[in-house]
Amino acid sequence: MERFDMPDTLLTIDDLTVAFPTRRGLFEAVKHAALTVEPGEIHGLVGESGAGKSTIGAAIMGLLEGNGHIAGGTVSFRGEQISGRDSAAMRRLRGKTISMIFQDPLTSLNPLFTVGEQLTETIQEHLGLSEREAAQRAEELLTRVGIPDPKTRLDQYPHQFSGGMRQRVVIALALCSEPDVIIADEPTTALDVAIQKQILELIRDLTTERQVGVILITHDMGVIAETTDRVTVMYMGEVVESGPTAQVLGHPEHAYTKSLIAAVPRPEVKVRRFPQISYGGRETTFNIADLARNWPTIKPKDGPLIEARNLTKRFLEKGSLIPSMRRYFTAVDDVSFDIQPGEVFGLVGESGSGKSTIARMIAGLYDLDEGEVLYEGTRVSGADAQTVLDYRRDIQMIFQDPYSSLNPRHRVDHIVAEPALHLGMIPKAEVGARVAELLDKVGLGAEAGMKYPHEFSGGQRQRISIARALATQPRFLICDEPTSALDVSIQAQILNILKDLQEHLGLTMLFISHDLPVVRQMCDRVGVLKDGKLIELAETETLFADPQTEYTRELLRLMPKTDLLSKDGLADAV
Amino acid sequence: MTEMPVDRPDVIPPSRLRRAWDSDFAWSFRHSPVAMVSAFFTALLVLSAVFAPLLATTNPYDPASLNLMNGFTAPGTPNAFTGESFLMGTDDQGRDVFSTILYGMRISLFVGFAAVLLAMLIGVTLGLVAGYRGGWVETLIMRTADVQLTFPAILVAMLIFGIAKGVTPVEYRDQMAIWVLILAIGLSDWVQFARVVRGATLVERKKEYVQAAQLIGRSGFAITFRHILPNVLSPVLVIATISLALAIIAEATLSFLGVGAPPTQPSLGTLIRIGQGFLFSGEWWILFFPAVTLLVLALSVNLLGDWLRDALNPRMR
Repeated sequence: MERFDMPDTLLTIDDLTVAFPTRRGLFEAVKHAALTVEPGEIHGLVGESGAGKSTIGAAIMGLLEGNGHIAGGTVSFRGEQISGRDSAAMRRLRGKTISMIFQDPLTSLNPLFTVGEQLTETIQEHLGLSEREAAQRAEELLTRVGIPDPKTRLDQYPHQFSGGMRQRVVIALALCSEPDVIIADEPTTALDVAIQKQILELIRDLTTERQVGVILITHDMGVIAETTDRVTVMYMGEVVESGPTAQVLGHPEHAYTKSLIAAVPRPEVKVRRFPQISYGGRETTFNIADLARNWPTIKPKDGPLIEARNLTKRFLEKGSLIPSMRRYFTAVDDVSFDIQPGEVFGLVGESGSGKSTIARMIAGLYDLDEGEVLYEGTRVSGADAQTVLDYRRDIQMIFQDPYSSLNPRHRVDHIVAEPALHLGMIPKAEVGARVAELLDKVGLGAEAGMKYPHEFSGGQRQRISIARALATQPRFLICDEPTSALDVSIQAQILNILKDLQEHLGLTMLFISHDLPVVRQMCDRVGVLKDGKLIELAETETLFADPQTEYTRELLRLMPKTDLLSKDGLADAV
Repeated sequence: MTEMPVDRPDVIPPSRLRRAWDSDFAWSFRHSPVAMVSAFFTALLVLSAVFAPLLATTNPYDPASLNLMNGFTAPGTPNAFTGESFLMGTDDQGRDVFSTILYGMRISLFVGFAAVLLAMLIGVTLGLVAGYRGGWVETLIMRTADVQLTFPAILVAMLIFGIAKGVTPVEYRDQMAIWVLILAIGLSDWVQFARVVRGATLVERKKEYVQAAQLIGRSGFAITFRHILPNVLSPVLVIATISLALAIIAEATLSFLGVGAPPTQPSLGTLIRIGQGFLFSGEWWILFFPAVTLLVLALSVNLLGDWLRDALNPRMR
């Protein structure tokens, strides 16, 4: 590749290879990567987990973990090579000219020192100012990153800040030394959309204002589209495509970039299925339609399948022997809705809005403090054993974290068979055949049953989870953030399976998510939760076109815009 | 910018043995000289205890095989009266120290294993119940554990030993001594199992696979023992190994104090007690060899436990 380095190019990475010696040979986490950062530019580095994007960040900083090392190529700052310098030289460079912002603001601040102490110390260290000047500077910085009342805030400890505020402090800390380059590694992944938006805007403004160069590492195409000037797409350690953001996202050339962009759920159009542009032999075939042949068809009774009436849940916040001294936190506050047979009902909200608690209340995992859950008109909360058993036979759940929802010490066939066996849904003799069929239909192959969960990737585990849920042939499926732990291309696969479940097997679903574009793709009706209260409930189309509450409008406004993204492969949009 | 072909050639799945050999666990073992050396000594000592009747030159339990004339024979030198020679010498009764150590180690190891097993059984069960049930059950179990921890384990063991001795009839006392030892050490050692298992259970209980089991209405018993138990076993294994070393030492201590294994069935501790009486009169070997054996046994089991803790804890790598 030909390169023309402008004289003021801040950072040049050329033919960079980072290797980690392992017992199974040399593992190259980054292979021959190249990119440049200009002043005042945000350069996005995007890819799925394991693509090597964070390793590039660490390599620039000379902070490679363990025995990782730069095996080839160079990193240069203003045309001067900085890779390969000794650790003392790197330490001088770090912080001074190159700063870093990490994903988790809680761990990047020292909990034992006040924010002011941490800021002034860094400023004194780098700029050689007196303590008073440094404190003055710290206050200015806090003001600049948008922290109200900075004078008081300087004397507070990190735990007294909210997640978003803490990330602002981290950014202020990164700015202390007036660096020329900032590397931001997933700076907003742990934050809610509203705060994500503010932080990204802050980074954007600071970049223009101070003419620093930023490398923004993220897995989120929406963040890339909204924030960056240039983007580099990585796949398995290699740079597959690089260029101006509008060009790469709008007219991707590489097959992997195309598949990645096609898999991003869009808030503006609903597609019948996510396009499956496969890349790198990762395509999977699943065949849910085949299951329909042996699926029991039960004519639903008139009226809703699930009715949730006045659900209320309080959690003990402060315990005490004396009942009147106990303090409670109301996680779910008087929430009512119903779900019609065959419908996909969505619940959205930010973290802490009570959506997962509602899912668990309906699943019978939490006792209700007030209210009731009705299944086909029969009250199931606090009902007799037989009613509860009948209900359990009809419902199943898919959990958020595929790494914790499967017992690591049980074999996969055992995991899939357990619900059906325990609930006495299939005779023992037929269990093996049923499990094999299900594993085959979700695209894992029948032989997957002989293995243990750790031998599978996140997406494969989520398919095991789906197979387990289907073993009892349920009528109602609760999906609690089923894809939020997955990469975007895997998410598309799982969502397609869920869409098939609804289409071919007529499953009724409660779909919980914090991700509005995903909800838009999956749900017929949506309820919006805020602080445990249901504040809006409407048909999905209506909600997205004409939101009634200020909060919903705000949520919709905050969604990262995906207009830039190529529409290729979305042909069968409805 | 080149296309990257990702082809995964279909490899024949390796055999179970091959997989075990290739596992991170075995790899970490093969790369830890300390672990290998301590495993070698542990295996050597355990095997020689198991096969004591084949290896020992005399049976120290058989009074007929003893010759008082052989008493106080120094190691490697022939006895002045009988001309017999002993590898590690003899004690005051003329018992061959080497044979007595082999038989004594049997008792030490048996008491150690059985006591740890007992402590593990009690501790793991109580820890699981406390962690999963919570509430007053947890408070009761864990406060009991806290109270017991305020007494030194050896004191608790001596207390239990004393009570048991009081309630067993005199004629059975020698026979029962071993079992009382096991009970005493086992009951004094369950606390750390309970604490670790409770902690691990609290973590596991919040995982979604537990909720998946609750969803289908599995009983608390099935969830704790079928689902959670297998997931909390690795720290238990580590503690069990380290406890084994401690239990062997506790047994030796009790026997040394004269409240453990009877002189007719000497364990390593009993041998050390016998030997310390002759230390200053020049018969050093009666004390020296049992003490070195105890040291090597306890040290290698302990080092093995240390390695196990590192190998099973991904954060320590």
